[in-house]
Amino acid sequence: MINKIDDLQVDKREMRNAYIDKLIKLSETDERIIVLDADLMHSNNTYKFKDRFPNRAINVGIQEANMIGVAAGLSLVGKIPFAHTFTCFAARRDLDQLYLSVAYAELNVKLIATDPGIAATYNGGSHMSFEDIGIMRTIPSMTVIEPTDSVMMESLVEQIAYTYGPFYVRLFRKNPIKIYDSGDNFKIGQGIILREGEDVTIIASGIMVAEALKAADLLEKGGISARVVDMFTIKPIDKDLIIKCAEETKAIVTAENSNTINGLGSAVAEVLVENKPVPMERIGIQDLFGEVGDMGYLKKRYHLTADDIVNSVIKVVNRKR
Amino acid sequence: MLRKQEILELEKFAKEIRIETLKELGSIGSGHIGGSMSIVELLAVLYGKVMKVDPKNPNWEDRDWLILSKGHAGPSLYAALALKGFFPKEWLSTLNKGGTRLPSHCNRMLTPGVDMSTGALGQGISVGIGIAMGLKLDNKNNFVYVIIGDGESQEGQVWEAVLFGGNAKLDNLIVFVDYNKQQLDGYVDNINPLGNLGEKWKAFGWDVQEINGHNIDEIYSAIQKAKGVKDKSHVIIMHTIKGKGCTFAEGVELNHHMTFTKEQIDNAIYVLEQSPFNSEVDNDK
Repeated sequence: MINKIDDLQVDKREMRNAYIDKLIKLSETDERIIVLDADLMHSNNTYKFKDRFPNRAINVGIQEANMIGVAAGLSLVGKIPFAHTFTCFAARRDLDQLYLSVAYAELNVKLIATDPGIAATYNGGSHMSFEDIGIMRTIPSMTVIEPTDSVMMESLVEQIAYTYGPFYVRLFRKNPIKIYDSGDNFKIGQGIILREGEDVTIIASGIMVAEALKAADLLEKGGISARVVDMFTIKPIDKDLIIKCAEETKAIVTAENSNTINGLGSAVAEVLVENKPVPMERIGIQDLFGEVGDMGYLKKRYHLTADDIVNSVIKVVNRKR
Repeated sequence: MLRKQEILELEKFAKEIRIETLKELGSIGSGHIGGSMSIVELLAVLYGKVMKVDPKNPNWEDRDWLILSKGHAGPSLYAALALKGFFPKEWLSTLNKGGTRLPSHCNRMLTPGVDMSTGALGQGISVGIGIAMGLKLDNKNNFVYVIIGDGESQEGQVWEAVLFGGNAKLDNLIVFVDYNKQQLDGYVDNINPLGNLGEKWKAFGWDVQEINGHNIDEIYSAIQKAKGVKDKSHVIIMHTIKGKGCTFAEGVELNHHMTFTKEQIDNAIYVLEQSPFNSEVDNDK
């Protein structure tokens, strides 16, 4: 069962802890699980795994490319390696290794990448990854997911560990807005309808799910009934759900903390144009570089707020007429 | 030390690998001849004497592992594997043809006996380290062999892996550097020289040996010696000749990838067949 929370509030549990605590739990009975990090153990909290299983935690130092190669080798001898770094390094420094040594070689490496998009806040533009979804989803066989809150994160760890093949997990590592009260059967590849609606569907991922729910509240006051979908799996995208929403609400707005070029919006648009073209708008980074600031500032700066979603919904609903 | 008879057997195996590689490349008229020829003696020693493998069960869990990080030398590895019986020799004439199981650069999903997919240079040592660490976690005593090129040694990831691999002290890992002094655009020394390569590896904490990479006995002895050194990762720098033993490639500056005629291939095979074995020449001295 998946139970949605009634009022949005900050998740008391950090995503990184929900993740690593569950991975430690699995590893108590599964010696195949290995954790690799590239000098970010105290950012990703993978040090907790190292404290518990020192022999199965590998810190390669600041060598993201080497880390992915080592993970590939471990996979060859039957281990289940979980490699960790920031999203910016995952997409930009590891691509060749992920492509050739992992995906092309059909190996079983899980890449957990933290601080997606504007979540890099005070690390600024150099550390902001708006391109990672686009890069990862064009690697054949790569599963791309962006867990929404700690409840979902915890429930997904087992599926990630025991579904053979490469995974890219785009992880907001700190306290997100809590969306789920409880839930243990999130299924990779299946979006979740969080709120029913008839006039438009807002399809969101990551930090934009909470903004989409806020936008739906605002829209309701203005007489627009908006459906909200948590599309935490970006690849393979839930084609059936997208078509169903297009048929039933006849307009779509996507919302993502990522470049709209080749991100979630593109993935949804690809399904729509080939199956059920309806008016669509995309909220996301408009092909820009990142910059430094706090989340509040950055959401406004890059037009990732509930108000921005509301404006896009009004636009798209008008296009229906 | 190998007995004289064993050396001669391995030299015969090496010659067979060379001839089959020439036929294989000849079947398509072009390919990575230079770097395929320079590792032939190493392949002969590994597959003829050293490596624990089972051609009937290529994915045998208790095998030794080989990563051909310089994946473009696939053709000579395929010749060695075919001669060992990993797959029918007839496959060799399908090299690089549509639908083949023998692609230009190694692909572990296509070719029985190929342990890792390679081709983008620089990635093999990292993977070898991962295998070696995994084997140690499982208390297995199998060895991991990685073959890299000298041109490949210009890649940054190589030195990430050398730093990490030196610190990891993996005595079940042996890296071979095929130091044939040439890369695609010419001589390594004219492009981005490696300087004193042995000293570099030594400075990163590796057990280092430098040998003549075309001498069967030296290759075998170096591997045995490396296996005797505990708590260090091993590298064997093999001084080799790019295009070795191929009449139209050896001594040619741009021999990384060549096109060739059937006559050139036939002549190269004829010359190889007529040529004496090293150990026999030495005996005559």
